[in-house]
Amino acid sequence: MSFFKKFKEKMLGSTPEVEETVSITNKFKEGLSKTRNQFTSKVNDLVAKYRKVDEDFFEELEEILLQADVGFETVTELMDSLRFEVQRKNIKNTSGIQSVISEKLVEIYKAGEDDIAELQLEESGLSVILFVGVNGVGKTTTIGKLAHRLKEEGKNVMLAAGDTFRAGAIDQLQVWGDRVGVEVIKQSEGSDPAAVMYDAVRAAKSRNVDVLICDTAGRLQNKVNLMNELEKIHRVISREIPDAPHEVLLALDATTGQNALVQAQTFKEVTNVTGIVLTKLDGTAKGGIVLAIRNKLHIPVKFVGLGEKMDDLQPFDAEKYVYGLFADGLDLEDAEESDK
Amino acid sequence: MAFEGLAERLQGTLQKIKGKGKVSEADVKEMMREVRYALLEADVNLKVVKEFVKNVSDRAVGQDVMKSLTPGQQVVKIVKDELTELMGGEQSQISFSSRPPTVIMMVGLQGAGKTTTTGKLANILRKKYNKKPLLVAADIYRPAAVQQLQTIGKQLSLPVFALGTDISPVEIVKQAMEQAKEEHHDVVIIDTAGRLHIDETLMQELKDIRAIKEPDEVFLVVDAMTGQDAVNVANNFNDAIGITGVVLTKLDGDTRGGAALSIRSVTQKPIKFVGMGEKMDALEPFHPERMASRILGMGDMMSLIEKAQANVDEERAKELEEKFRTQSFTFDDFLEQIGQVKQMGPLDEILKMLPGAGKIKGLENAKVDEKQMDRVEAIIYSMTTQEKTTPEIINGPRKKRIAKGSGTSIQDINRLLKQFEDMKKMMKQMTNMQQKGKKKMKMPGLDSLFK
Repeated sequence: MSFFKKFKEKMLGSTPEVEETVSITNKFKEGLSKTRNQFTSKVNDLVAKYRKVDEDFFEELEEILLQADVGFETVTELMDSLRFEVQRKNIKNTSGIQSVISEKLVEIYKAGEDDIAELQLEESGLSVILFVGVNGVGKTTTIGKLAHRLKEEGKNVMLAAGDTFRAGAIDQLQVWGDRVGVEVIKQSEGSDPAAVMYDAVRAAKSRNVDVLICDTAGRLQNKVNLMNELEKIHRVISREIPDAPHEVLLALDATTGQNALVQAQTFKEVTNVTGIVLTKLDGTAKGGIVLAIRNKLHIPVKFVGLGEKMDDLQPFDAEKYVYGLFADGLDLEDAEESDK
Repeated sequence: MAFEGLAERLQGTLQKIKGKGKVSEADVKEMMREVRYALLEADVNLKVVKEFVKNVSDRAVGQDVMKSLTPGQQVVKIVKDELTELMGGEQSQISFSSRPPTVIMMVGLQGAGKTTTTGKLANILRKKYNKKPLLVAADIYRPAAVQQLQTIGKQLSLPVFALGTDISPVEIVKQAMEQAKEEHHDVVIIDTAGRLHIDETLMQELKDIRAIKEPDEVFLVVDAMTGQDAVNVANNFNDAIGITGVVLTKLDGDTRGGAALSIRSVTQKPIKFVGMGEKMDALEPFHPERMASRILGMGDMMSLIEKAQANVDEERAKELEEKFRTQSFTFDDFLEQIGQVKQMGPLDEILKMLPGAGKIKGLENAKVDEKQMDRVEAIIYSMTTQEKTTPEIINGPRKKRIAKGSGTSIQDINRLLKQFEDMKKMMKQMTNMQQKGKKKMKMPGLDSLFK
């Protein structure tokens, strides 16, 4: 039995019915609710059982990270620094490795900054959040969930239907608006999205709205014209309110592979992305590419999407996320072993 | 942040081997490391990569690579051939039922592009196969999904069967089948809701829909940008409902699309179509060889050649070649060439198809100035017939006239004239070289006489 499998058994408790019946979704949510202390102490217990830190160990770790879409370069970087740490601290057995692994991963992610997952909104007055991303990543759904979240916090929220291109997109946002109970500013399909934004900012100002969340049409980052359109939308918003948009959130599908890095870079160049919402994390994909994005482009993840219901949007927590990377990797291993 | 292609990656390794004369097993191993890296960067699943690399190295070590004079190219070729083969034969057709209506089910994760693809597919079926499709809106979960399909139906003037969102998808499909029979639709395309492959309730729903009438095709719609998880998605959908083919969407992006290989190798099901844009006619047949090149970052040479072939008349090309050789190339011919290049589409897109173009610094974001070509055309149009055939006669006053006529400056005219002269010189050199080369080939060993 491998190290990581044992790791998991310790993490989740080894009662068979729990293992069998709890869906991966729930496991991840459970993982999210675990505190850091619990996490560390359980890893401690577990690692004590594993004996040596050798090449097999590293290889297994490397493969789990690669299968989480972290990407070759970042994984190699991480493995190198891990190997160095192990050598420097002269770690021969696993009793010291667990903290090193989690620390390194979290360290790569945090890069010395705290509270990077917090939304930077105005204390008083209007704040604007602009959503961008490629097609089908879940921008509109995330906006609905975020609107709900902010409204629960007592904020006065308004939505702007900036996706005037895709069939049914405006209706989709309107359904969310009705569900959450917030106003949606919209024009007809095919109209200029920048004009919608202008209207929305004006309306938000006059109606004392706290947060205006702007939807945009999904666009592939290599479409020059569409990226220019996005730049214009951004410009129109900042012309109306100097500091706006206060947050530009890139919605990123957790199933996306290495192209996510190119997405993040291009959207950052055009709209100065301030954060990422990692969507569809309730599946089996781990979205490990966010580690590479954070590492290379310094964009933090602010929220994770865990389902289609209103309250399925959670603030991002680096430690818990790192746990999730392994937990899911373990499920895979499990499935394979039972296949054999 | 364009990723390097395999050919470029192998350069480094090959440099080391160059001086050795012979390629060792260790060298092959090192090259395979680069292959592994390239495939992982292209999002091919790790397990698929491992298996692939093992197969290829067996082939490479056992075979001619060692003896080959250009082992690098040999390796790239082996890798590419193997990839192409793995991804299956040329584009597969849609299988139609002998007893209409043919039923096609679209399934996949959320946001993969099922609804858009449903519209595109219906469009193709009508245009190319002369069918009369009925679209069925069976996504009752996502807000406004039904409206989305209805809007697409309106755009294409195709009927959409919808019963709102209060009736179960199974019931919707049942009723849709009735209507298809009554109205004599020969194809029914069912747009199902996006769902996670681990959502048992919703997967059961797909099974129930499937049980109503055995579908002739079950297309798994997958985002081309999907990473390592593609194997899990494909596996689960295939195990649960049995897919017959795959549609790879959003391939007009700049992803390498390694998911194609992952899905193919775990399901063994053919990739039938690729989505190439948001317009309703942007659905194309799948070409395994092009996909292999793309995954390896080798550029899309085939598409480029096809484009060129579609736009260049072969006879005219021969005539031009003759003109190159006899030095009778004129501004008129130049104009014609510009016209042909322009027909091939936006130049920056053509550039991107060139292998290695991604590597040239600055070119990835290069925007070719199409206006510059217009200017050149304007200048040539402002010349007299005599000036076009014998540009030597263009003196000061003539330049002034041409500049005025074309709305450019004398400097522009000078620049063009110089470019034209340089071009002619280059052609002369090239044709000379070709002729020398021919002589050499005809008389092998001749050059050794002079040594």
